[in-house]
Amino acid sequence: MNTVSTSRYLDSLLQGQPPASPLSWLNALRANAVDRVGALSVPTTRDEDWRFTDISPLTKLSFQPALGAAQPAPGTAQLNAADIERWSIAEASARLVFVDGMYAPEHSFNRAGITVENLASGVSTHAAAVQAQLGRHAAFEHNAFAALNTAFLHDGALVIVPRDAALKAPVHLLYVATRKQAASYPRCLVIAETGSAATVVEDFVALQEASYFTNAVTEMSLAGNAAVHHVRVQRDGAEAFHIANCAVSLASASRYHSVSVALGARISRHNLNVLLAAEGAECSIDGLALIGGQQLADTHTLIDHATPQCVSRQLHKCIVDDAARAVFNGNIMVRAGAQRTDSSQSSRNLLLSAKARVDTKPQLEIFADDVKCAHGATVGQLDVDEVFYLKSRGLSDTAARNLLTYAFGAEVIERIPVASLRQRLEQLVLAQTQAPALGAVHPS
Amino acid sequence: MIYQDSKTLLTVRKLHATVNGIEILKGMDLTIKSGEVHAIMGPNGSGKSTFSKVLAGHPSYEVSGGEVEFEGRNLLDLKPEERARAGVFLGFQYPIEIPGVANSQFLRLAYNTVQTERGKDELDPLEFDDFVREKMKLLEMNPDFLDRSVNEGFSGGEKKRNEILQMALLEPRLAILDETDSGLDIDALRIVAGGVNQLANKDNAIVLVTHYQRLLNYIVPDYVHVMESGRIVKTGGKELALELEARGYDWVGAEVKANARVNA
Repeated sequence: MNTVSTSRYLDSLLQGQPPASPLSWLNALRANAVDRVGALSVPTTRDEDWRFTDISPLTKLSFQPALGAAQPAPGTAQLNAADIERWSIAEASARLVFVDGMYAPEHSFNRAGITVENLASGVSTHAAAVQAQLGRHAAFEHNAFAALNTAFLHDGALVIVPRDAALKAPVHLLYVATRKQAASYPRCLVIAETGSAATVVEDFVALQEASYFTNAVTEMSLAGNAAVHHVRVQRDGAEAFHIANCAVSLASASRYHSVSVALGARISRHNLNVLLAAEGAECSIDGLALIGGQQLADTHTLIDHATPQCVSRQLHKCIVDDAARAVFNGNIMVRAGAQRTDSSQSSRNLLLSAKARVDTKPQLEIFADDVKCAHGATVGQLDVDEVFYLKSRGLSDTAARNLLTYAFGAEVIERIPVASLRQRLEQLVLAQTQAPALGAVHPS
Repeated sequence: MIYQDSKTLLTVRKLHATVNGIEILKGMDLTIKSGEVHAIMGPNGSGKSTFSKVLAGHPSYEVSGGEVEFEGRNLLDLKPEERARAGVFLGFQYPIEIPGVANSQFLRLAYNTVQTERGKDELDPLEFDDFVREKMKLLEMNPDFLDRSVNEGFSGGEKKRNEILQMALLEPRLAILDETDSGLDIDALRIVAGGVNQLANKDNAIVLVTHYQRLLNYIVPDYVHVMESGRIVKTGGKELALELEARGYDWVGAEVKANARVNA
């Protein structure tokens, strides 16, 4: 049976774990994760959660953990400061760079005046806070990839925003893939204390086109009245596999705003779970997948209205060209007692070729009776009246279509609260959609 | 205004058009000369909006007969964008919203595309900014509209002003304004009409497609046409609009039928 071989595949990935930590709780967490990896298998399309995403191409390749690897093989590109500069965010007050999952202090800085440091040291310097949160949000009991990441827990990003601190400039977490056949396990923990505010950008980039495997886990804990803007940009190489699990927990009256953009990877899967754990919490989670060729981009989100009077907003868009395939599964859970829930979800999808495909599944589970839940999904091509409007102003058919395609994606990009990143992504989307040059973008 | 030395801009002969296989235009005839302002009126479903869209080249409308000549060219041979570049402008009844594209970007793109086709120089963003702000004064538009997404969240009146702004930028020879007055309060109507009046000159022509006479108090037509069942059944001067306002459209239909019996 397939299960046996895929289970062995996970075992092969377990080779080369980091050395034991002096912290017993951390070792226990990792050991527990290793056990789960041993018990779980790589999901197949027979699993409901992976019905539309065939991950088997991953299992046909072997990957070695980047951690502890020997010096780069000849021919492997070397990362230098100029490369980092290319991806830098001008507004950032702190930056942590991880090369194939390993912390690269020479490319990192912190002028933010808060804790932004490598998790490997943070587990000791901020032991109590980290122990209370790490591994508590991203459950790995039934999730082989989250378990695998946790088994490799070592380097990672630790961001602690202290009580009432309002950080204006963004924290940039840059994950660079440099090696072929490398498996990397980016890890991120953000702790936003009561009344604090911050913007965290997670940015996944590749130094060169190569087949590699990124398996990331991000956990965020927002205390009462905290506000976090979370921007996630996945621009991995076209041959890469990218699997990410992100879990966010919101205390009372806290606000979480997330914009996720998926442009790269051969197969990508992003699970985003947001737990509205106390009254008055609000979240907005927006996503854009812009893919072509043979790419597959899968986004699974869960917004868990566990308590009354929480608000959630979601806009997810996919632009799919060539023979690419996008998957969206948006689960909104309104638990019993979560009265006066206010939730809306919109899944909008644009297919640019006859072979492009999208599977979208809004999923509402409502166990309370006084709720406002709106949801909708559209799949289609460009609207004939919209194309005509632009053509009636002199634009060619191609220019009109490309501009509308760009605009479709830009509606999500616009919501990124970091101007330089927003502009760079707008240019990327412009290039990808071959939209007519729009000239200087007005500051907004 | 009717000029002695005017040139014929548009000639429509026996135009038939269908949408989804249903014939909407059934033998439309119309001649428009430079400098003129025409109003096309008629009850709902008479084919007014279809006529506007057919002239602009909307792909959902199929021309099943007749011809349209625009400045000596067969208009029906041209794609919508070629018609626009040749100088045909349609002001939309329901302008499209384009979230994600700033109005300034869209306006400059349209302007430069048409300018290039006409062998003129493009404007860079700074030059265009000065140019468009000047045009916006014509319509008493707040410059904030440049930074907002195209028509997104605009009120009805703001959308219509944005349409006339596009007309001001593209300088068409023939502007067809489809129900430009619908959804406008009296102040917005006055501003929009004032803009159109300033853009009217002896070299261009304007076609106002409207259900109501109200707009014609502000933009005075040289000719008023009444459409019914897909063609023009009556043509008169500006006083015809007042008569329609007072008496409705039914009597025109009755008159047409009576004439038909006499002629039979």
